[in-house]
Amino acid sequence: MIEASSQSQARPATATRAAARTNWRTVLLGVHSALMYVFLYAPIVILVLFSFTTDSFGARLTGFTFSWYTKLLQDERLMGAAWNTLTVALVSTIISTIIGTLTALAMERYRFRGRTGMDALLYLPIVIPEIVMALALLAFFAFMFGIIQNITGSQLKMSLTTVIISHIAFSISFVVVVVRASLKGFDRRLEEAARDLGANEWQTFWRITFPLILPGIIGGALLAFTISLDDFIISFFTTGPGTSLLPIEVYAQVKRAVTPKINAISTVMLVISMTLVALSQFVQRQRR
Amino acid sequence: MKDGYAIEMRDVVKRFGEVNAVDHVTMEIRNGEFFSMLGPSGCGKTTSLRMIAGFEYPTAGEILLNGTPIGTTPPFQRNVNTVFQSYALFPHMSVAENVAFGLEMKKVPRADITRRVDEALDMVRLSGYGERRPRQLSGGQQQRVALARALVNRPDVLLLDEPLGALDLKLRKEMQIELKRLQERVGITFIFVTHDQEEALTMSDRIAVMSEGKALQIGTPTEIYERPNCRFVADFIGESNFIRGRVSDLSAGSATISDGAGLTLRGQLVQPLTVGDEVYVSVRPEKARLSVQRPADPPANMFQVTVDRVSYIGSDTRIMVQLGQDRLFSVWEQNTRSTVDRDAYWQRGEQGYLWWPVENALVLKD
Repeated sequence: MIEASSQSQARPATATRAAARTNWRTVLLGVHSALMYVFLYAPIVILVLFSFTTDSFGARLTGFTFSWYTKLLQDERLMGAAWNTLTVALVSTIISTIIGTLTALAMERYRFRGRTGMDALLYLPIVIPEIVMALALLAFFAFMFGIIQNITGSQLKMSLTTVIISHIAFSISFVVVVVRASLKGFDRRLEEAARDLGANEWQTFWRITFPLILPGIIGGALLAFTISLDDFIISFFTTGPGTSLLPIEVYAQVKRAVTPKINAISTVMLVISMTLVALSQFVQRQRR
Repeated sequence: MKDGYAIEMRDVVKRFGEVNAVDHVTMEIRNGEFFSMLGPSGCGKTTSLRMIAGFEYPTAGEILLNGTPIGTTPPFQRNVNTVFQSYALFPHMSVAENVAFGLEMKKVPRADITRRVDEALDMVRLSGYGERRPRQLSGGQQQRVALARALVNRPDVLLLDEPLGALDLKLRKEMQIELKRLQERVGITFIFVTHDQEEALTMSDRIAVMSEGKALQIGTPTEIYERPNCRFVADFIGESNFIRGRVSDLSAGSATISDGAGLTLRGQLVQPLTVGDEVYVSVRPEKARLSVQRPADPPANMFQVTVDRVSYIGSDTRIMVQLGQDRLFSVWEQNTRSTVDRDAYWQRGEQGYLWWPVENALVLKD
């Protein structure tokens, strides 16, 4: 501090020039940031704004109304799809969280044959194109249905169950990644301390390990839930006739006519997703 | 306090791959004793401790707790508790919950738990801290919580794995005294693992000096320091001058050693030797004298030397002298007189007489 002030007294010209340069930098940085945020969020802001317009084509802001949200509740197709989506998200999240957590524990704790291979395979569902995953699942179900028909004679169809199975299939990977990250920072000596104090393996897990990695598990579950909630491609390929999901239903309605009702349902989904993401961030920050 | 041994290790071996981390160790730790395992890292002290705790099982040999073999008993079934180096306090529990954990696992009635937890916290001077979280405490306080958490279970043996390592010097000295006092009060056998010799000397009733998986010497602090049984122990505990040579003559309890370059020394035997054995004469720097005048009654070991370097360190002055051809010998003089007079201290290049009585030199094998 002292050094800097004495320097600026000795050489005022340099100091002014430096200050001017700093100002320019600040301005440019500000403009850049502003543009970036406009680019990222302007479409979303417009989407939300137009969910409140009175113009039934949703092209102009002619006035303010909540009526599109009311109409939403009266649209049985949309509501049914929303219910299906929530069911799929909830069930697939619970199952994939349990399987994913156990997998993460096995991968972090034990050395076994094929561990490296399994490690690589676990990340596959995250990196392969979703369309490939969707087609693979479609082919898998068609194949399995064929076998089941040959054996039992009953003919299975694509339904909500196939969607749930598909969502579990890709959610596990996300849960594993998040839970493993929380296990990496876990001090194994805490488990030794618990065993030293008379806790067996089961007690050690529930009293020590589980509470300490719970934020990671919740983070993984919330991630799986949000991804399942807005999944289109895989749901589209694996759902059956008559069982629609929200993203698919929205797409179908947009093809007919863009009404502010679509903006309204999108806004609702946006709020749910953002809340969940914020929640997961909050929970993960609570650890330690 | 019961008689007999709290822990017996009988010819214990622990192999990790190709390495014997613990190599045929036999030691007996008495009931109520403050016993330290002292050695550099990798000497097998922590592995020994972990085997007593039950985190590792011995590859060969036997470990007995109060006369009962506990070789492969899991840790939660042994009445032994550990204070970990990093304390390993449960971060999601309060101090009181941490201390209560062991009692809960043993299904002690709720009312007794509350009372014993309070007693334990009181014992480590942390009454009133029960509701806090471990991270809200200082290092020294966390250390005491770890102690309370272990001692509340009234273990037969308390294991301490370098528990003071993370504390700063001043706090460490305080904790040393407190630990020792606590041990005397509760009368529980303490097994203390450390690489800090001063710590071991200060607190222990007995010390096992370990190196490369072996227990080289087991004895009281005085025995270990004054009568080391080999060069490693003499070197590891405190400082020592070593002069290498061969035994040229033996008499009752002492030996004459020649270094082959004209230097002849006499030293005390700590084990039977024969003429011709290769040995080290070990002389502690504070057990040799340096004088300007030639001693009136010349002792067996006396040499004319030149002062090479002088380090004044306050309580002592440490002088390096040149003994014979390019051999340096360290002598410490206590500064018993308060003076700033330059002439009262040794100067580089001065001549003097270096001497020590026979009993201050030990003849050691490698």
